[in-house]
Amino acid sequence: MTIPTIVGAGLIVIGAGLGIGRIGGSAMEAIARQPEAAGKIQTAMLIAAALIEGIGFAALFAA
Amino acid sequence: MEVVILQRFLNTNYCLFVMQNKLVGKLLLALMFVFTMGATANTHSEPAGLDEDARTKAEIKEGIDHHLIDSYEFTITHGVSMPLPVILIDNGVHIFSSSEFHHGESIVEKGGNYYTISHGKIYKTDAAGTITYAEPNSKGDVYVSNEKPLDLSITKNVFMIILMALFMFFIFKGVSSSYNNQLPTGAGRFLEPLVVFVRDEIARPNIGEKYYKNYMSYLLTVFFFIWFLNLTGMMPFGINVTGNITITFSLALITFLITNVTAKKDYWGHIFWMPGVPKPMRIVLAPIELLGVFIKPFALMIRLYANMSAGHIVLMSLVGLIFVFKSWLATGPVLGLTLALSVLELLVAALQAYIFTMLTALYFGMAVEEHGDH
Repeated sequence: MTIPTIVGAGLIVIGAGLGIGRIGGSAMEAIARQPEAAGKIQTAMLIAAALIEGIGFAALFAA
Repeated sequence: MEVVILQRFLNTNYCLFVMQNKLVGKLLLALMFVFTMGATANTHSEPAGLDEDARTKAEIKEGIDHHLIDSYEFTITHGVSMPLPVILIDNGVHIFSSSEFHHGESIVEKGGNYYTISHGKIYKTDAAGTITYAEPNSKGDVYVSNEKPLDLSITKNVFMIILMALFMFFIFKGVSSSYNNQLPTGAGRFLEPLVVFVRDEIARPNIGEKYYKNYMSYLLTVFFFIWFLNLTGMMPFGINVTGNITITFSLALITFLITNVTAKKDYWGHIFWMPGVPKPMRIVLAPIELLGVFIKPFALMIRLYANMSAGHIVLMSLVGLIFVFKSWLATGPVLGLTLALSVLELLVAALQAYIFTMLTALYFGMAVEEHGDH
């Protein structure tokens, strides 16, 4: 575990966290605007979050 | 080292309130320690002259590693374990009980060959049980260089898969045969909404009305298989099946094969010669799209594996904190955190099963999509 690896892993987590946070926040706004579409928004949100998470984990494994 | 200093500092502090506030920082610090220690897997060293704290941490790390890797016996509790059959193909088939290894301490002789267990894997060895190590790689990890026989053993994970397959077969067989009238009975009352959920929320919107029925059997199987195995991972027997990359690889491989074997003309058209894109761009995009075919199942594999093992590591690390602190004050927060995270893990268990099924359905939907020019 070298210092660049630790810093890289930290950057990955920050990036993935920001990304998933944005998705979650936007989904909240969208649900507040259109509560009747909550189910569809939730599904789309989970898929997008899962895709970012996948990239994040892939990068963590590379680090 | 910081933990030791902080602990000394804390011991002089007799105010309970301050202590509990400091405990949070201490928890995080110790968590970081356990994580960085977990990063150097596969190395096995017990240098002499370790102080007591370092030895405790090494023991915790070993406990976590032991929990995460597959094993040749089913450990029920400390010291009580059920041996499982070992099947080796090495100049003929050797079948014997894993109890002959005596928890990895003895060497087994079969057909003139000697076998021993090192780091959870069976290696060929000589009568003295010599284990040779290869040169350390760039990260400093040391690997065993002994020859390995072809190992088809019923390990703990394989045993759990077989058990789960039988459990699922009997429970769903029972449910399907209990439908003599329109209302479900028994377990069907619990499972019917879930089956309907997979059909109406996952399969239909993603695959489309025309083809979704062809894929329902696989989607339902993979959903319940992953979900049940994730849940058994929360049981107190140290079963970590979906946190094993080989198993998630197999699941992703099946998704990959079904997607590409059942793909229609339009799917390949969208990969190699996508309509509505300028011709020079098509040449640039085709390799990227082709790469995407392999990245999608790869991401499926990594996502499930990483999520489940991360959950297990965090829970085990939290329990390990009790031994790091050696203080009854640590037990309360640790218990609370473990309980909270266990509940979160129950959610993650269902969520990961859902996401795996969902993305699988999405890929199937891409494969069977048919449309005109657009």
